[in-house]
Amino acid sequence: MHFEYQVEGGDFSNAGTTSSVVKKMMKQLGVDSAIVKRTVVALYEAEVNIVAHAYRGTIFVDLDDTCVKIKLEDEGPGIPDIEQAMQMGFSTASPEVREMGFGAGMGLPNMKSNSDKLSVTSVVGKGTTVEITNFF
Amino acid sequence: MEYIHHALKIKYDLCVGCSNCTSICPTCSIHVENGRPILDPNRCIDCGMCYQTCPMNAIYIDQDDFDTIYNYKCPVLLVPSIFSAQFPEKVSQRAILSAIYHLGFRYVYEVEKSVDVLKEVINEKVKDCDAEKPIISSFCPAIVRLIQVKYPSLVGNLLLTKPPLDMTAIYIREVLTEHGIAPADIGIFYVSPCAAKIAAIKSPVGEEKSNIDGVINMNYLYNKVFRIIKQGVYTLREDEFDFHPLSKNSILWSLTGGEIKDIVVGRNLAIDEVHNVSDFLEKLENEDLDGIDFLELRACDESCAGGILCAGNRFLVAERQKKRAKQRPKTVTPSENNILNYKEFLRENMSLGEVKPRSMDKLDDNISVAMRKMKKVFEITNDLPKVDCRICGYQTCKALAEAVVNNQADIRQCFFVQRILEQTDKLTTMEALKLTKKVWGEVKLDKDSIKHLDLE
Repeated sequence: MHFEYQVEGGDFSNAGTTSSVVKKMMKQLGVDSAIVKRTVVALYEAEVNIVAHAYRGTIFVDLDDTCVKIKLEDEGPGIPDIEQAMQMGFSTASPEVREMGFGAGMGLPNMKSNSDKLSVTSVVGKGTTVEITNFF
Repeated sequence: MEYIHHALKIKYDLCVGCSNCTSICPTCSIHVENGRPILDPNRCIDCGMCYQTCPMNAIYIDQDDFDTIYNYKCPVLLVPSIFSAQFPEKVSQRAILSAIYHLGFRYVYEVEKSVDVLKEVINEKVKDCDAEKPIISSFCPAIVRLIQVKYPSLVGNLLLTKPPLDMTAIYIREVLTEHGIAPADIGIFYVSPCAAKIAAIKSPVGEEKSNIDGVINMNYLYNKVFRIIKQGVYTLREDEFDFHPLSKNSILWSLTGGEIKDIVVGRNLAIDEVHNVSDFLEKLENEDLDGIDFLELRACDESCAGGILCAGNRFLVAERQKKRAKQRPKTVTPSENNILNYKEFLRENMSLGEVKPRSMDKLDDNISVAMRKMKKVFEITNDLPKVDCRICGYQTCKALAEAVVNNQADIRQCFFVQRILEQTDKLTTMEALKLTKKVWGEVKLDKDSIKHLDLE
């Protein structure tokens, strides 16, 4: 099954809508709750990234009886050095932002540890594409 | 499928088939067939919303016969502390207690006696960094069941410690046995303010067998006790001037915020009313709500003061309860509350076994079949009007779609589908009527006075 959802940059109030819908579907399929949890954590993190950093984005969800594939495509500033961004603790956030508990540099690593397959590609000035795959 | 006891039953002779219960159920467990509400035992969590909303009082509570207390030589009554708050202020605790003894109980204790022991354990768990956070209280049995059926991924967050009722019961059985009373002679009865606790005693979650021998409906006992007091047929007891003295927070425990009052560390939250709780658990499942350590969740508005078997108004009950708490000290000594002398014994016996998830969302045990069914549900839901009018007998259009996919319903039960099919001559008025009668019964659709209504 294929679904598409639009995400608006800056709309924090609705961040998490897609992960909620995906969660409900996975529950209906009877997917193990630990896998549901992992998927929701990874997807929520990715969704919030679009809201926080990009102008807008689209989430494509493909669900079958073996796995869920989620592609998040955004129009935004992009990530200059993905390898660096994947490192735990790496962050571009200012000390003030970090003091509030944001920008701890755990976003991408957290996504990685909660997905079976994760790919991140990016073009600076254009946008980022994140693909999360979790198997059942 | 394992047997799950439910305390809520429907009196079909009183039911007029209004379907208000279908509408309000937080787990979508009631649909209408042949003019009657049908309860899905796998979904019902015994929260009692249907009981409260039913305009005909057609929903009743399955309870033990009061006279079973006389089967025991030593009947003991456990009353939740909100029981005495049901009465008007001028009725003294002493009168209430004396009237209960008059009914034939040998010993009467308040359930919250064990809170002083339990609160220590909760604090330790909250402090424990390895515990799955937030820890969710297992005090309210409707919430435990809600999590089992609707939020199975959160089952691991439930506090696996027996609630005060079970702990107090274990303590009492121990003490009475020590005093030479034969275990077979001891009958421990509990006065329940709600359906969920009754259900939890009849089919316990995480326990082989309940520690309680019988349950008494609080509303029933309230009436019985009030009558004795009004008629003045009891003897005022001199030996016990009060219920066994509880600490301030033990009295507040069953009210909203009562459980978290005693937690001295971390970030703790109290939420009451089942729809509010559902909203919050939904959020908790979706995102990492960082840094919350403990959740006190209660199915009833105003927690146990709002229990469906409470006779008093929930706000007045809560107020009276708070007033009583004000007069009590924060802590009590072991000489005031003997249970503190049994701390070690209780600690050894307080663990709950595993609480198993039993998801009701799952469309099929086989994931491929579930996938096919889900696709079908989407397709059907898309075509349905999304009015959620319940004329089909189900709570929502989506609920009908799921029932259709599971071969439990006919899509033509939908009023809108019928009208669409009539336009293309795929359904006659008589056929549509027959379908609607299958949902709502003959009576509602066979009114002679309306048939011959003069519309001119």
